Amino acid sequence: MALNITDIKRIAHLARIDISEAEAGATLTKLTGILGLIEQMQAVDTTGIVPMSHSQDLVQRLREDVITAINERELFQANAPVLGNGSAEKAVDGGLYLVPKVID
Amino acid sequence: MMANNNWEVVIGLETHTQLKTNTKIFSGASIQYGAEPNTQADEVSTALPGVLPVLNGQAVECAIKFGLAINAEIPERSVFSRKNYFYPDLPKGYQISQFELPIVAKGAVIIQVPANGKNAAYEKVINITRAHLEEDAGKSNHGVVEGMSGIDLNRAGTPLLEIVTEPDMRSAAEAVAYAKKLHELVQWIGICDGNMQEGSFRCDVNVSVRPKGTEKLGTRREIKNLNSFKFMQEAIEYETQWQIETLEDGGKIQQATVLFNPDTGETKAMRSKEEANDYRYFPDPDLLPLEVTAADKARVQATMPELPEAMKARFESEYGLSNYDAASLTTSRDVADYFVETVKHGAQAKPAANWILGALTAKLNTELNTEHKSIASNPISARLLAALLKRVQDNNISNNAAKQVFEAMWVGEIAGDVDAIIEAKGLKQESDSGAIEGIIDEVLAANPAMVEEFKAGREKAFNALIGQAMKASKGKANPAQVNEILKKKLAA
Repeated sequence: MALNITDIKRIAHLARIDISEAEAGATLTKLTGILGLIEQMQAVDTTGIVPMSHSQDLVQRLREDVITAINERELFQANAPVLGNGSAEKAVDGGLYLVPKVID
Repeated sequence: MMANNNWEVVIGLETHTQLKTNTKIFSGASIQYGAEPNTQADEVSTALPGVLPVLNGQAVECAIKFGLAINAEIPERSVFSRKNYFYPDLPKGYQISQFELPIVAKGAVIIQVPANGKNAAYEKVINITRAHLEEDAGKSNHGVVEGMSGIDLNRAGTPLLEIVTEPDMRSAAEAVAYAKKLHELVQWIGICDGNMQEGSFRCDVNVSVRPKGTEKLGTRREIKNLNSFKFMQEAIEYETQWQIETLEDGGKIQQATVLFNPDTGETKAMRSKEEANDYRYFPDPDLLPLEVTAADKARVQATMPELPEAMKARFESEYGLSNYDAASLTTSRDVADYFVETVKHGAQAKPAANWILGALTAKLNTELNTEHKSIASNPISARLLAALLKRVQDNNISNNAAKQVFEAMWVGEIAGDVDAIIEAKGLKQESDSGAIEGIIDEVLAANPAMVEEFKAGREKAFNALIGQAMKASKGKANPAQVNEILKKKLAA
């Protein structure tokens, strides 16, 4: 699969990374190299091999459905970032964590 | 209105059902609804560094139950994957879900689409593509603080089973019938409380249209987060019409996610999928593959209740109920259990069905039921209803008197004793033939004109005389006996 400079810019946009023309060019070369490695791996015949989903050959253990957590809101929110308005005020309000307004 | 007859709508549903557990899918924090913000957000829900998910066995059991209920394949091995996206109510930066290998594979649900105008009711099989376990995200509250969003992570990590259908539905009515059936089923098998206001059962509906007779699917738009059947119906109807009109006007449908606005009855694109997220799914290295053995399935199977279809068939064969009554009694497990209890306490099946589906359902559905009494908790227990119906069966009271007793019991007039109410209200039916003969003699003597009419061949006069006799007995005489004795006397 061949990448072009438009793909690089689109990927950078999706990752929210601001890159210059020069950086885009350099990234294109690097990513094309990585894709080359992947193509090499894909050329291996894997017919009949069950895809591995974990490096250890074990199965998941299950937890009993019992409440073990206690309310540690105060402790966790003492660790919240500051509001960022110059004050030392934590970005919490009425128990909510505050973040810059996001509307999809 | 455009030429709708030239188009076919194709609908598929994705339903998020919140599983009935005590704790989150990957940690021991409570999932109780309505708690103060972030008081149920432990270190796993808030994604503090170094924490690891530990899978809740009860959530797995719920998923297996669902698989068994829809006769699905339940593979021996399923895998949890990370679905990566960025949003503040998802603090890990990924949602743990299942992708290539879900816990429940292909199954099917049979729906009953109700009659509509000239179209008769019919049954249809809706194929289920898959159902997978995943965690819910937190909630964002906008507008609490100016310019900020407030994040509540209590819901983060709540166990969900996402149930995905094939694009098998061909009308809003079919989609709603499926959603209702699924809603009933997950409550029946006890894996979801079905509370739509609290978001325990949320549907995303994929809608596309294509020219009738063609195979190729049109471009679909997804209506997100419908939490009422009424809105679902309206949203699909509006969306279908909008797509048909757009295409007939020479436009194109863009794949998009849309929201339904209940106030305007319209759907509106929320975001276009042109710059669609690439979720970069990959197996979550923090979780090992989940194994479900034949023994696990057998163990869960042993805890399964009789399913609605089987119970409906049994009600028809065992109790001789009509298909309609049997279907109505098995729309919810509470109603079915109540019916079974009533019969167990000695009531005959057919009258029990009539009273439950008639008087009792009416009481529960009326707006006057402000205390929201339910069939499982109302003043008239199955035992009481059975006691009442037995008094009708043994001719102690008439059907009309039974209605009065029913009313008295509903408001708790004389709690818990049918016979005491019958006694107190003087409703006991007169079955002493001597007493009834006395009443009839009086009626005949007082109404010579009616007797003459009857003898002149007017049948109506007979009913008038019955009415007089019933009135004279204050409605307490056994009507069958009055009928018999009156006939005998007039023939004499």
